Amino acid sequence: MNPGSVPAKFKVRIDADQCMLCERCVENCPYGTYRREGEHISVDSRRCVACHRCVAMCPRDSITIEEKPVDYRSHPLWTRESREAIYNQARTGRIVLAGMGNASDLPIIFDRLLLDACQVTNPSIDPLREPMELRTYIGKKPRKLDLRKKRNGDIELKTRLHPNLRLNTPIMIGHMSYGAISLNAQLSMARAVASEGTFMGTGEGGLHPALREFQDNMIVQVASGRFGVDIDYLERGAAIEIKIGQGAKPGIGGHLPGEKIDPDISQTRMIPERSDAISPAPHHDIYSIEDLKQLVHSLKEATEWKKPVFVKIAAVHNVAAIASGIARSSADAVVIDGFRGGTGAAPRVFRDHVGIPIEAAIAAVDQKLRSQGIRNEVSIIASGGIRDAAEVTKAIALGADAIYIGTAALIAMGCRVCGTCYRGLCPWGIATQNSSLTRRLNPDVEWQHVANLIRGWTLEISELMGAAGINSIESLRGNRDRLRGYLLDEAMMNILDVQPVGA
Amino acid sequence: MENELVINAEGMHYTPLNKAIRSAVAKGTEKIRIEHVLGQRFIADGLKGRVKITVHGTPGGDLGMFMSGPSIEVFGNCDHAPGNTMDGGEIIIHGSAGDATAHSMRGGLVMVRDDIGYRGGIHMKEYGDHRPVLIIGGNACAFLGEYMAGGLVLVLGSGEKRVLPNRGIGSGIHGGLIIIRGDVPDQTLGVGAKKSRATEEEKRLIDPYIRRYAAVYGRDPKPLLDDEYTIITPSSGRPFANKYTWE
Repeated sequence: MNPGSVPAKFKVRIDADQCMLCERCVENCPYGTYRREGEHISVDSRRCVACHRCVAMCPRDSITIEEKPVDYRSHPLWTRESREAIYNQARTGRIVLAGMGNASDLPIIFDRLLLDACQVTNPSIDPLREPMELRTYIGKKPRKLDLRKKRNGDIELKTRLHPNLRLNTPIMIGHMSYGAISLNAQLSMARAVASEGTFMGTGEGGLHPALREFQDNMIVQVASGRFGVDIDYLERGAAIEIKIGQGAKPGIGGHLPGEKIDPDISQTRMIPERSDAISPAPHHDIYSIEDLKQLVHSLKEATEWKKPVFVKIAAVHNVAAIASGIARSSADAVVIDGFRGGTGAAPRVFRDHVGIPIEAAIAAVDQKLRSQGIRNEVSIIASGGIRDAAEVTKAIALGADAIYIGTAALIAMGCRVCGTCYRGLCPWGIATQNSSLTRRLNPDVEWQHVANLIRGWTLEISELMGAAGINSIESLRGNRDRLRGYLLDEAMMNILDVQPVGA
Repeated sequence: MENELVINAEGMHYTPLNKAIRSAVAKGTEKIRIEHVLGQRFIADGLKGRVKITVHGTPGGDLGMFMSGPSIEVFGNCDHAPGNTMDGGEIIIHGSAGDATAHSMRGGLVMVRDDIGYRGGIHMKEYGDHRPVLIIGGNACAFLGEYMAGGLVLVLGSGEKRVLPNRGIGSGIHGGLIIIRGDVPDQTLGVGAKKSRATEEEKRLIDPYIRRYAAVYGRDPKPLLDDEYTIITPSSGRPFANKYTWE
């Protein structure tokens, strides 16, 4: 038996009556699914990854892609995925890597949390006629303000304020590095966050010179590989984020394979061309919470205490205690990445089995920091598979200050979540460095799509807040009374600190 | 001396100390002498320019972190990670240094007269003419040059007693060179590292560094130049290439 011969994942059909032989499918598919043969298009379905580029480009809607045309005998335990992983490992004896975020069919807590709205006792607010305050500040807040009245009657603030990021919306874009995604994708998102008054992360791939015009809206990342990190890079960022962990693969590092390190990426990461870019699992100068404090201080000292420093961790079992340690390290924000966070590549066992849901992590961290009286010391940024404005609103009601989106921003630029990022052949010009593919993504067009998404969600958050009678995001933050749990168990509702529906 | 600033760091916190250094550099000071240093971390953190700094005493961790250009000479021992993620310039230490010396260093020179702790030169990397060099006059502890992606680590082992890193030398090394005086037992090498005896040509590569070391610390270079060296390099530029398969 050849265990590699598993059924094709997709069946591609072309309706010959509709097809006009324009060959756009042939040109657009980088995987080689289509070939012109005489007076018809020949199809090799096994090459298809269901990226839908051909479907989007076909002028006659003549392409049909069907998932799992030949499935296995169904079995509730031995799923297709479990069987195919065994065939793969029986053949190779290696660790199975997979793309995108967690693909397990686990319940989504956000779907079981419902939002509140005013009816009679409190009036709801119409955001069209009344101001809605969505401005969010990320960073340390003073415990109290020391104000003095001057002789001329003016009020003077004596308290020294810590640097904060000022966001017009609680939606930011998380860290996706140049290397993992294309420069055109980064440029589109950077222009979008600059236009919407919010921020995006560089990822651990350095800051390409073309992005410098947006540097005031960029958060530079320092991860265990320290790629592209020098004093110039740190000084350019609006804030600095230390990446300790990532929701898609908590506890392990990352490897950008050498074949992706082209001359341009080599320059921004400051490593030789074609060399593997290896980010080790730990930072080798952080072996304890005291060492983390030292790294936070070293970054602040290097940038003269002018920039907020964030620490990003994956949501794991003791997330609240870890976040409390981070809050005491003088970090300005803790970023918590839930187990549904996306990635270009992660070992399947990590992607699907390590970490906890972001909803529980936000609530646990917020609760712990409040109980210790240090919630003002650190902002909470939540990320990991946030799909719409309702989830942003629920995340804030659970205690987050702001959220990062990742996959959602890529979808706004065309990504169809085919999960084939690792091939480096992304037909949408996102997860690729191949110039014939990256030029398909036009930053002059796509930035508008990303900006539209952020604007649309921001409008929806205003409407949801208005309906709940809330006119300021400050009043929504940690306001669990605006949430009710639907078919959640009691233990989970205790962690989330929410009542069941009807209560 | 003209244009030299003397700072008495006794009882001083590192932030005002660094402020004093920065403002002096901004005013064009070319030499700074810092006296009575006792545990201040982050000295010259992120500092740029061509200034020459002498540190008298024992600086705390992360000396010269992210530094780009200046030269620091330390008359004393250093705590952990001098030269951490350093970009350019020099750190010359008249004494020993702690763990993670030259961690993630990407350019310039760190030279230690005596010994260093664990994880020296870990994750050093190079790009173009940015090529970091770590010279250790004495001995280094385990995990030397792990994950190294570029640059040079040279261990002269010239102390009274020659004690080598006992394990994990160059685990995951995928670029750069580790050169150690004398033989290195196979069992001390990490996964992904291989060793060979340095050829005459390879020895010429380290010749100027040995002479520099001898000149700075007043040693006789001849026995160091005449001895044999072991060169440790990546067994592959892709240490993790055979670990994974795609879904």
